[in-house]
Amino acid sequence: MAHPSVAAPPVVVHGHPPTTTGVDHRKVAIWTFIGSECMLFASLISTYLIYKGRSVVGPWPHEWWCRANNVTSAAGPVAGCPAADSFKPILNIPVTSASTFVLLMSSLFMVLALSAVENKDNPPPASAGWWTRLLASSRLWLLMTAIFGTGFLGFQAYEFTSFVHEGLSIRTNLFGSSFFTLTGFHGAHVTAGVLWLLTLLAIDIRRGLRPSDALLVDISALYWHFVDVVWIAIFTLVYLIR
Amino acid sequence: MGEVHEHPTWAIYWKVAVVLTLITVAEVWVYYIPSFVASRLFVPVLLLMSALKFAIVVLFYMHLKYDHRLFRALFTGPLIIGMTTVVALLFLFSKLVIRAGG
Repeated sequence: MAHPSVAAPPVVVHGHPPTTTGVDHRKVAIWTFIGSECMLFASLISTYLIYKGRSVVGPWPHEWWCRANNVTSAAGPVAGCPAADSFKPILNIPVTSASTFVLLMSSLFMVLALSAVENKDNPPPASAGWWTRLLASSRLWLLMTAIFGTGFLGFQAYEFTSFVHEGLSIRTNLFGSSFFTLTGFHGAHVTAGVLWLLTLLAIDIRRGLRPSDALLVDISALYWHFVDVVWIAIFTLVYLIR
Repeated sequence: MGEVHEHPTWAIYWKVAVVLTLITVAEVWVYYIPSFVASRLFVPVLLLMSALKFAIVVLFYMHLKYDHRLFRALFTGPLIIGMTTVVALLFLFSKLVIRAGG
């Protein structure tokens, strides 16, 4: 007979070893990490916002700039400025909008990959349509997420290169320093996410991801979606708000 | 070993993606309306749309709506600290000011 002061053994819930919180430690760890990342990006965003508009020289994000007399104009090119000294607003909204859409779609593919792994024990019947069979392919959605993540990085590489060609580097002015630091940190996170996704894809190809592996995919998905929500904030605060 | 929780269906994921795309289109659309950019509504509307997208991704794609309360606390706690820090620093560096009277 059990002693009344001895607590009952912890119950195994959700298929992971017993924990004091009842939830898997790995998931607690990723949420804690994401919480700390929130504060990291909050500091980077606040640095950008504080320095916004305080550059001594251009190029500027949303204004035209004349290097010859260091005059800016929001309406259009500075009157009387020689063409060689005239700089257009540096931010390219159409390109960034496209890259934002690509990252949003990658988040959709990520949840589809997770859903496909979770439902591997319930495969679609042979009579199911091609679309249903497609939705059940974790490899396809992991690959698509990695491709779209790489596409986002491609847009960022294009943006950074064009900025440097247009005269804005990390050393040019306060805007350049804070902009490249913020978006560069985000790009590094996306790069880490793509490598993580490719690792999962390699595991899926090698031995197949099972529903018992769903937590591994869930953790990487949380990281990927976090990278997406950070970009949602950056897109509005850096690119759209003048 | 996975957490067994009720997650949204594929159909909901697709609907969420459509909503996110529509909000992004709206954001970029208002950016190209000069009269709206010049109005006082421009920044609040953009911030509202951005916050909506942020919340939708966190609630549906990150499953915070369906997951354990502990995860909600682990995320919203640092998020509130971070956002408060941003606002406090913007006031400190006079990027945000409160104007008294009309």
